[in-house]
Amino acid sequence: MFSKGTKRKFSDGGEAISDESLLGARVASSYSLQRQSLLDMSLIKLQLCHMLVEPNLCRSVLIANTVRQIQEEMTHDGSWHMVTEAFCSAGQSPSERLVATEVLCRSREQDAEPKLFSVISYEGCREEEVVADETLCSVSVSNTVSNVCLAGRMGQCWEKSELSGVERDEEVLEDSRLGSGEDEEIATEDGASTESPKTIGQVFGTFEIKNGSPGPDSALEELFSDVDTSYYDLDTMLTGMQSAPKMGPYDLLDSLAPSHSSPSIVSTPNCRSDLNELDHIMEIIVGS
Amino acid sequence: CCCGCFGLCCDTVQWCFLSICTSDIISTVEFNCSGELLATGDKGGRVVIFQREQESKNRLLSRGEYNVYSTFQSHEPEFDYLKSLEIEEKINKIRWLPQQNAAHFLLSANDKTIKLWKISERDKRAEGYNLKDEDGRLRDQFRITTLRVPVLMPMDLMVEASPRRIFANAHTYHINSISVNSDYETYLSADDLRINLWHLEITDRSFNIVDIKPANMEELTEVITAAECHPHQCNVFVYSSSKGTIRLCDTRAAALCDRHSKFFEEPEDPSSRSFFSEIISSISDVKFSHSGRYMMTRDYLSVKVWDLNMENRPVETYQVHEYLRSKLCSLYENDCIFDKFECCWNGSDSAIMTGSYNNFFRMFDRNTRRDITLEASRENSKPRAMLKPRKVCTGGKRKKDEISVDSLDFNKKILHTAWHPKENVIAVAATNNLYIFQDKIN
Repeated sequence: MFSKGTKRKFSDGGEAISDESLLGARVASSYSLQRQSLLDMSLIKLQLCHMLVEPNLCRSVLIANTVRQIQEEMTHDGSWHMVTEAFCSAGQSPSERLVATEVLCRSREQDAEPKLFSVISYEGCREEEVVADETLCSVSVSNTVSNVCLAGRMGQCWEKSELSGVERDEEVLEDSRLGSGEDEEIATEDGASTESPKTIGQVFGTFEIKNGSPGPDSALEELFSDVDTSYYDLDTMLTGMQSAPKMGPYDLLDSLAPSHSSPSIVSTPNCRSDLNELDHIMEIIVGS
Repeated sequence: CCCGCFGLCCDTVQWCFLSICTSDIISTVEFNCSGELLATGDKGGRVVIFQREQESKNRLLSRGEYNVYSTFQSHEPEFDYLKSLEIEEKINKIRWLPQQNAAHFLLSANDKTIKLWKISERDKRAEGYNLKDEDGRLRDQFRITTLRVPVLMPMDLMVEASPRRIFANAHTYHINSISVNSDYETYLSADDLRINLWHLEITDRSFNIVDIKPANMEELTEVITAAECHPHQCNVFVYSSSKGTIRLCDTRAAALCDRHSKFFEEPEDPSSRSFFSEIISSISDVKFSHSGRYMMTRDYLSVKVWDLNMENRPVETYQVHEYLRSKLCSLYENDCIFDKFECCWNGSDSAIMTGSYNNFFRMFDRNTRRDITLEASRENSKPRAMLKPRKVCTGGKRKKDEISVDSLDFNKKILHTAWHPKENVIAVAATNNLYIFQDKIN
């Protein structure tokens, strides 16, 4: 009766409204998922800042400020409270999120279709010391972390070679990790829905977009088609951090710049892990 | 240039390739005050100085090439065994002192230590010593029967670099800037949280003139990113921050210049606010114009020119690579968003230059408002080859010779560029290659 593009009449108002509100909800939930993804990414960066080839206080401060901004906004939204509850209660279940981050580049007023392209999943990760009133939450990786992956995909056309040098080193480590078939990565770049069912299934479990607000199929395909698992291999690094003391992000800043006159440069990864092992051995010997 | 000005105001300025030199990853590039010497510092702690060939009188229109003049190891890696901390030897900054005698002096800084180097030429040596042979062995005293006066004989030119001062142990954080004062007696050095003022003759103490370290490090939200002395007023300096602000300070006002005389900040555009707004507003470089009336700041996406008399906004803003604004998330993921690009003025302050990705660098003519994108690549490295302007396609149909945003190589970044103080000769550091371009004379 009505040609395409004709404005709907009032009789269709009910449907129109629910469609609009559905669209609004979808955008809002994807925004919050993307925001969460950015928060996760930032926390990981903060945790690993000492792994950089060149330690950079400016970078850490900027990342910490970003985390604070996100946390403030989430507190304002009331969504921070829900997040902390979820984390505090779910001690054992992995908290995984499948989010996109690109829309965070744009302001909230824009309601363009978000491009979903970033996958972050923690397995066996436990968030501790999450306090709503604190400016930042700290993420401490427990001993049960066996296979944490941060697969980031930065857009359709970005090649693997354009990743930073840090990630390139991690590609070497990835091979050893992929060898253990138990927790398969989203390793292939083709075939959207045929990836390792375990990982995808876990991911789907908390993927609100799929359940609540059906996104277009193309978005989902895009999500899984080109996931680049070589982006971050945190496995070896995070297992190296098992014996690291729990610390908040500003403790990291502290470690970068102790109050005494010692230099603010951080150690090479080898030295740090050696020292941690030494500490661990000493603890056993002393029996503390 | 036929009208006697520099920069791009005339279409006759055509940039062409002059020379290239390969080394370790170049971390700083700086012409000396006359432009005769060009110094580069690299990640391995080495300094390489190039000297311009004297122009041949027969070929008045030819320009001299830059050849290696001196190479020396400025800084060595240090390892603090007690804390298991390594201090990189990478040269963060080189600054030349104005030449006052036959020798040249420069300051080179790594993360922790600043050194004053003297570079001098030796083209004569003494011969005919009484007490030792030509090869240096002591002569048997009983064989010395006559006394002679040693004579100076010409020898092959030797360029020697010797460290004259070492300014150490004054910085807890990484040094990001050094700047020689116009009094030629003092200089400042800045790290993430503090700025110190040194006297060139005194190495065992310095004055702390800015300290933004909070009592509780958990409250740290802003760091110093760059600092520079005013080119003419020896009591004035500026420093930029990671929040996109510039503070101008007067050392006559107080011993500790924590309170600024002027505060430069552009109000944020609320419509473009995102979680990355602060990061991209972080200033990576600040440079006074030669006139001392303006200063230029580089943030992630743009270059801004400020009039020192107007604090509330810049007088000019130039977009370097605005097409990256929609990619900020990705650039945050791969850390490119934290890249620190430098910027520079030409000799007459009519043009400015800064680097970008894909080995592109950009020049902006302040008078005509025209800009150009050029590429430092091996393919354009034939002698006297003219550089072709490049263009990034931001959307829609890609024209021939254009490159699309998604094809840019973000590992090829030009962070360091320098412009000859008097002529249209530029030095561009593309990772481990130093390109020198000059304009072709018509």
